[in-house]
Amino acid sequence: MSDMMEDMEGGEGVVKKFMFVNRKAPHGTIYALEGLEVVLISAAFDQDVSMVFADDGVYELIKGMNTKGIEVKDFSRTYRALDGYDIEKLYVEKASMEARGLTEDDLIVDVTVLDSAEMANLMAEQDIVISY
Amino acid sequence: MPMVEVAGKSFEVDEEGYLTNLADWNQDIAGYLAQEEKVEMTDSHWEVVNFLREYYDEYQIAPAVRVLTKAISKKLGADKGNNKYLYELFPYGPAKQACKIAGLPKPTGCI
Repeated sequence: MSDMMEDMEGGEGVVKKFMFVNRKAPHGTIYALEGLEVVLISAAFDQDVSMVFADDGVYELIKGMNTKGIEVKDFSRTYRALDGYDIEKLYVEKASMEARGLTEDDLIVDVTVLDSAEMANLMAEQDIVISY
Repeated sequence: MPMVEVAGKSFEVDEEGYLTNLADWNQDIAGYLAQEEKVEMTDSHWEVVNFLREYYDEYQIAPAVRVLTKAISKKLGADKGNNKYLYELFPYGPAKQACKIAGLPKPTGCI
């Protein structure tokens, strides 16, 4: 982290609710990895950050990923570092998870599973929703 | 990409001097990278460098300095997990310099 960013941390900033919605499979496009980096960077600004995993985005959290065959970095374990960055609000959309035959036990981090009505309410509470 | 030769073996670094391939790393290369950063490596320095390599191995990222201090505090104690201690070891930024010596990419969120 740069000194500049650290200097900014001292200020009395406004805390907004940021929600990052991940809808894409982890590989094949750059969205999942870049989205994760944005979240990690956002942690430096002491904002109220949450992440949602819906549609194919649920696959980003799958345990036991092996990317050797496609020769790209497996960043799935980086989701486990989010806790150290004080990003603890991770939500998975229930129908998306179930439609893919997955349960919470298949995921690499602890999440809160919400149905679509609960998810809609949570989204409505946000100041900023960024969707990939 | 620039190539550098250490102990008879050449390896690739990026334009800022970070090791391109994590797997190339060894103690000789760490020593070379430390020299480039003008850091005199002691056991305390190695402790942080090794900690960073373990962190990367587990999470696949180089941590931001705030996260690094917290994680070190948890594992090695609060007398080491603080900015003063880490900046004394790595004056130009523990995340930046120690990551470079550890052969990791530049920390995410580092401008």
